[in-house]
Amino acid sequence: MYERLEEITLAEQEVAERYDHTVNVCMAAGCMSSQSGAIKEAIDKEVEANGLERWCRVRGVGCMGLCAHGPLVAVDNGKPAETMYQYVTPEDAPAIVGSLDTAPVERLRCPTDVPFFQRQHKIVLENSGLIDPERIEEYIAADGYTALIKAITEMSPAEVIDEIITSGLRGRGGGGYPTGLKWTTVAKSDGETKYVICNADEGDPGAFMDRSVLESDPHRILEGMAIAGYAIGASQGYIYVRGEYPLAVARLKTAIRQARRVNMLGSGIAGTPFAFHIDIRLGAGAFVCGEETALIASIEGRRGQPRPRPPYPAEYGLWGQPTLINNVETLASVAPIIRNGGAWYAGMGTAKSKGTKVFALAGSINNTGLIEVPMGTSLREIIYEIGGGVSGGGKCKAIQTGGPSGGCIPADFLDTPVDYESLSALGSIMGSGGMIVMDETASMVDVARFFMEFCMTESCGRCVPCRVGTVHMHNLLDKFSRKEATPHDLVLLEKLCDMVRNTSLCGLGQTAPNPVMSTLRYFRHEYMAAITEEAADLFVLDPALSVSRNGATQRAPKLEVAS
Amino acid sequence: MKRPFKTRVKTLTIDGMAVGAREDETILELAQANGIFIPTLCHLEGVHDIGACRLCLVEIKGTSKLLPACMTYAEEGMEVITDSERLLTYRRQVLDLLFSERNHVCAVCVSNGHCELQWLAEKLGISHVGVPYLYPQLAVDASHSFYVLDHNRCILCTRCVRVCDEIEGAHTWDVMGRGVECRVISDLNQPWGTADSCTRCGKCVQVCPTGALFSKGKAVAEMTKKREFLPYLQLMREGRK
Repeated sequence: MYERLEEITLAEQEVAERYDHTVNVCMAAGCMSSQSGAIKEAIDKEVEANGLERWCRVRGVGCMGLCAHGPLVAVDNGKPAETMYQYVTPEDAPAIVGSLDTAPVERLRCPTDVPFFQRQHKIVLENSGLIDPERIEEYIAADGYTALIKAITEMSPAEVIDEIITSGLRGRGGGGYPTGLKWTTVAKSDGETKYVICNADEGDPGAFMDRSVLESDPHRILEGMAIAGYAIGASQGYIYVRGEYPLAVARLKTAIRQARRVNMLGSGIAGTPFAFHIDIRLGAGAFVCGEETALIASIEGRRGQPRPRPPYPAEYGLWGQPTLINNVETLASVAPIIRNGGAWYAGMGTAKSKGTKVFALAGSINNTGLIEVPMGTSLREIIYEIGGGVSGGGKCKAIQTGGPSGGCIPADFLDTPVDYESLSALGSIMGSGGMIVMDETASMVDVARFFMEFCMTESCGRCVPCRVGTVHMHNLLDKFSRKEATPHDLVLLEKLCDMVRNTSLCGLGQTAPNPVMSTLRYFRHEYMAAITEEAADLFVLDPALSVSRNGATQRAPKLEVAS
Repeated sequence: MKRPFKTRVKTLTIDGMAVGAREDETILELAQANGIFIPTLCHLEGVHDIGACRLCLVEIKGTSKLLPACMTYAEEGMEVITDSERLLTYRRQVLDLLFSERNHVCAVCVSNGHCELQWLAEKLGISHVGVPYLYPQLAVDASHSFYVLDHNRCILCTRCVRVCDEIEGAHTWDVMGRGVECRVISDLNQPWGTADSCTRCGKCVQVCPTGALFSKGKAVAEMTKKREFLPYLQLMREGRK
């Protein structure tokens, strides 16, 4: 079956060799929103006008990472180091095409010998920005689908799972649950029908890793899902992708169609009895649908609300069947692991967190964009070297990781290696990979308020602590933000944090207090400063009432329940 | 090897009391059968549990997470604690939040004296509400010929939704919106009186724990709810299977 892939690869190389120049235009969401579509058209026209069609090809490719400097255009002249252009406009097309055989256009050049490009280690993003996401041939030419064929023709399902266990891969959606363990439990669950679900309901503010992978390299997800399906014994997969990502959906649809055509999906894949089908399900804008049980409810056509676990989806998932749910980035790591072996992957990272992690840098940072680094890289390296430092010459005050479930890490801890354990020791979480850098002007109370507002409006409303508790916490934070708080408000806020964290039904509620608790831990003085002087002297009702309240608890019940 | 039992039996302790259980029994069922009180609001015998009110949370030795008794099944050697000081505090806070969420004014409520929320507050010793009231502006739907829905008193336990769907089979009720904006709605968010799917059976009214759903013509404290039909219906249906 490798021969078929080989044929496609050779044909693809032959095409590539016919051209002296390749112009790659970024066609991912970031650059598309700043007109890269028009740029590609302009370059196309310019090539045509100069009669260069036979020597120069123009391709749309995926995300190149440095979104802050977009739209990005890369010119490959067959030399090892390609030329990259930044802040390109459609008017620059003549200059770019005119300089193909001469020296590059200096005023547009984006240096690629900087740490942003040099310090990254790309596995999940290995094809991003290099291949056309709308052509399966290019994915295949980049070793695509060899891992799937290797898995189904040379390995048993148990061997595939072993390889994942060896790799030490952990869930990239935020929880960090060992992927191999999850696969084992689903594989061992009783059930005639099993399902694989790809969770592409990325919704954290400031996170766009999954979006970029889906838009830049959709086949990688399909391959990962098919391998997972083979390993656990599933023949049906669903990609649950949020409706706000129309480009990702369109590219996934194209990719599924193409993969079926070359028989990498469908029945009898690569001449084996293994069958695997993938369908897309669209989310309708609810953040909570990223929670696995709510996601399942949504796919089943019900209201997207979580249910208590256990039972976990591994036992009782979609339509009551054992279901494997993995995040986009987790599934994107599967194919390289099978291709190169689990030990290769486990060679990167720290003792407990292996491999690489994609981060979306946002906020007050020079190089806003996507990066992929080995686990254990320090925050300082990420922010100051790869990220190019704080924008506007400011000083870094804190870094928010993990979105609304995460926390703020103060600049004192910049030397912390980024892995699951050390971030949670600091009161934050790895999360899905959003990293928001804040400078000295940022108010931590406002940050906490922003995330609480997010949780409040995104609560599904099923359980009381999250539905009502988040409203009260938000109102209290609002008081702090207006500098009208009282000492009692701080007591109440902390009480509510503890209660909502410990009694909420799902992860959304349980982690909603995290941004408040972490800012209270490191920036308590900002909360104290928001307590007004008059308020500090006020009579505080709560302690005063504690005596009578304790008395009241000992009273015998008088009323009988209506029945 | 296939295990030789169909349903296994387990022994565990609840608040130190040793109890025997089938593996398909929940902690809540076991506690109730053994005379141990666990407060509940969304739980309703006869319809499926959703674990939403968080009042029945219990501690289980060996796990740091609190688990809802209504949806946690018996396991061998489990040590369940239902009445620790921590749990009591959380339960009072849940009631606090419920009282603050809408406009629960017992003095003018048809269910005064027959309300599960009121009874629980009394039982758990709530003397005042520890969080500010939200005072939302909410409507009353009196368009139905027999019954009234007063959103001011709704605690979103969704008993009405489940009983209408699972027992009556009409699914007139559902929930719309997110977070604190959630509302119980009939059919496609239209006045109850115009909801074609409603069979006027009144099951929703009878299972509502508060005065959110009540019969027309009832004055303050006059609305008592009759739930005998539920276990009866359940028994009859199970018998038929």
